[in-house]
Amino acid sequence: MMDTIYFLCQQSMIFCIPLLVVALGELFSESSGVLNIALEGIMVFGGFWGILFISAFQGFMSPILCLAIAILISGVSGGLLSLAHAFASVNLKAEQTISSMALNLFAPAFCIFFARVVHGVEQIPFKNTFRWSSVPLLGKIPFIGPAFFQNVYPTTFLGIFILICSWYVLYKTRFGLRLRSCGENPQAADSVGINVYKMRYSGVLISGFLGGLGGLIYIIPTSNLFNSSVGGYGFLALTVLVFGQWKPKKIFFAALFFGFTKTLAAAYSGVPLLLKLGISDTIYKMLPYVATLLVLVFFSSKAVGPASVGVPYDKGSR
Amino acid sequence: MKELRQKKDITGVWASLLAIVSGLLIGFIVLAICNPSQALNGIKTLLFGGFTGGIKSIGNVLYYATPLLLTGLGIGFAFQSSLFNIGGPGQFIFGAFCSLFVAIKIPIPGALGWIIPLFAAMAGGAFWALLPGILRAYKNVNIVISTIMMNYIGMYLVNSLVKNTIYDPLKGQSAVVPPSHQLPSWGLDKIFTSRSMVNCGILIAIFMAIVIYILLNKTTFGYELKACGKNRDASRYAGINEKKNIVLAMVISGALVGLGGGLMYLASAGKYIRVVDVMASEGFNGIAVALLAMNNPIGIIFSSIFMAYLDVAGFYMQTYRFSPEIVDIIVSVIIYFSAFSLLVKEYISKIELKKKSNLSKEDK
Repeated sequence: MMDTIYFLCQQSMIFCIPLLVVALGELFSESSGVLNIALEGIMVFGGFWGILFISAFQGFMSPILCLAIAILISGVSGGLLSLAHAFASVNLKAEQTISSMALNLFAPAFCIFFARVVHGVEQIPFKNTFRWSSVPLLGKIPFIGPAFFQNVYPTTFLGIFILICSWYVLYKTRFGLRLRSCGENPQAADSVGINVYKMRYSGVLISGFLGGLGGLIYIIPTSNLFNSSVGGYGFLALTVLVFGQWKPKKIFFAALFFGFTKTLAAAYSGVPLLLKLGISDTIYKMLPYVATLLVLVFFSSKAVGPASVGVPYDKGSR
Repeated sequence: MKELRQKKDITGVWASLLAIVSGLLIGFIVLAICNPSQALNGIKTLLFGGFTGGIKSIGNVLYYATPLLLTGLGIGFAFQSSLFNIGGPGQFIFGAFCSLFVAIKIPIPGALGWIIPLFAAMAGGAFWALLPGILRAYKNVNIVISTIMMNYIGMYLVNSLVKNTIYDPLKGQSAVVPPSHQLPSWGLDKIFTSRSMVNCGILIAIFMAIVIYILLNKTTFGYELKACGKNRDASRYAGINEKKNIVLAMVISGALVGLGGGLMYLASAGKYIRVVDVMASEGFNGIAVALLAMNNPIGIIFSSIFMAYLDVAGFYMQTYRFSPEIVDIIVSVIIYFSAFSLLVKEYISKIELKKKSNLSKEDK
């Protein structure tokens, strides 16, 4: 029984952390006033370069170093791709959904095409050597140890770290205040000397970095063969953001909720109690999505995002 | 006034064409980087490959264009009302299931045998879009989020429904539609030869595009929808019932997408719903079709045929060992550049202004 609970906790974190990171990325972008639906594509793109690096160099260095470099590569390549979105939506004042959808189409196609050119096949294999069976010291704490510090990926702690950083940057620094002001009322921000374009670029770039990174940490625990897909997680992250009402702490709980229901769907047959209920697996598979939809019905009327999301900033307009 | 309107339409076409040319150019550059010796052959295949099988291939292009046309039309319709309906995959597959269920399970005689399943497809798609519409109108639930959720729910639900009702366990897919319930070809097989997959679906799809064009541009309802899309508050002030309009726009959008699903799977070309956890890609491709045509129903006829043509040509590019994903790369670049249409339009009108001012100077 306890083993089952530990297992569910460990699995939930695996599903939860990438969602958390990517949703935080979207939070930065939307806070600055740019809607970024391209995160699905950015996740694929970032994950692709990271996995390509791991696949090529993992035999030559320690797993943790390899992972750290791959995370950097994924983040930077995600950021580079997001530049295309920033250029279209900030400089050219284009409809932000359009360039997002273009990137979502571009990224998997490019990755498959490129993988075929380099590898001959579209899948990139890699060895998953990044799991810690137990964190020293912390893994020995009763209950909490086995639930959160055994069979765990270093990326989990990275995700929590990013959460704390995001909260701090957005609410406790001058940069965060300026960023948020650009998403609420860019005209007012401009009038007090804030460079709206620069702020919006920063917001999108941060979202691209976190998106690419999120792509990698989604792929590593869930497979050992990357085929240029992240299973819709980029879109789910959007849901988590709305569900979390654009607040970092609530986003964490939203991601946790989704991660847990997703875990139930994936692993219910391993839980004797749930298996005995005799509910068909379709219900379990639909559960995370139905539950999210229901939750949104109750939360949406109150939820308000940044006021100027999706509206291009034009210096001339008032 | 009319002249002004026409000019606006023409600059729109120019912007789209410019986007297409840039997309093809970048596609060519990608090919040249990957395999310089074959790049020229590759791009030639992409441009003319759709004609490889002669008249038969053109028929096939029209067959592939049918679902794209309808999904593009449905999604573009919702866009006109500023509803970002990305629930295409869910509406498409649920509509497809409804039509297949009726066609396989209910014996209906004569032409009604395929007409009624098509109505079932529309009803299915409309039903799947109804909930996001209601939630958006009355509960302020973000339409992007709710339609994404409905995509997943639809995918899992249809897989389970197919498995429990119209399943062919040997092949792991939906059962065969009886020939009397398949779509007739309405003489198109005489034009495009009987080996082509084309059927009456493309004519129905084009007909729907014209209906939607009239609905949007010549009726009060269409005007109200577009007004709601432009400015929700102003429309409410003008006495338009925006909540009703949101729900109706979603329902019509879903019905069109669902019809696309019905037309695709009721064809005799051997398409079946496969029971795998993968979303119907036609639903997402419809977004590209709609964006390329800037949501204009008539433009969508051309953009869907263009996309289908590229798909067919992309298949033939494999003879030069290029993977067909190059088509998606090109399409994405085209869409990306079409986002710049505003810029192109401004530029063109600037040139025209200059010309005019030059002319008036000469007059003096």
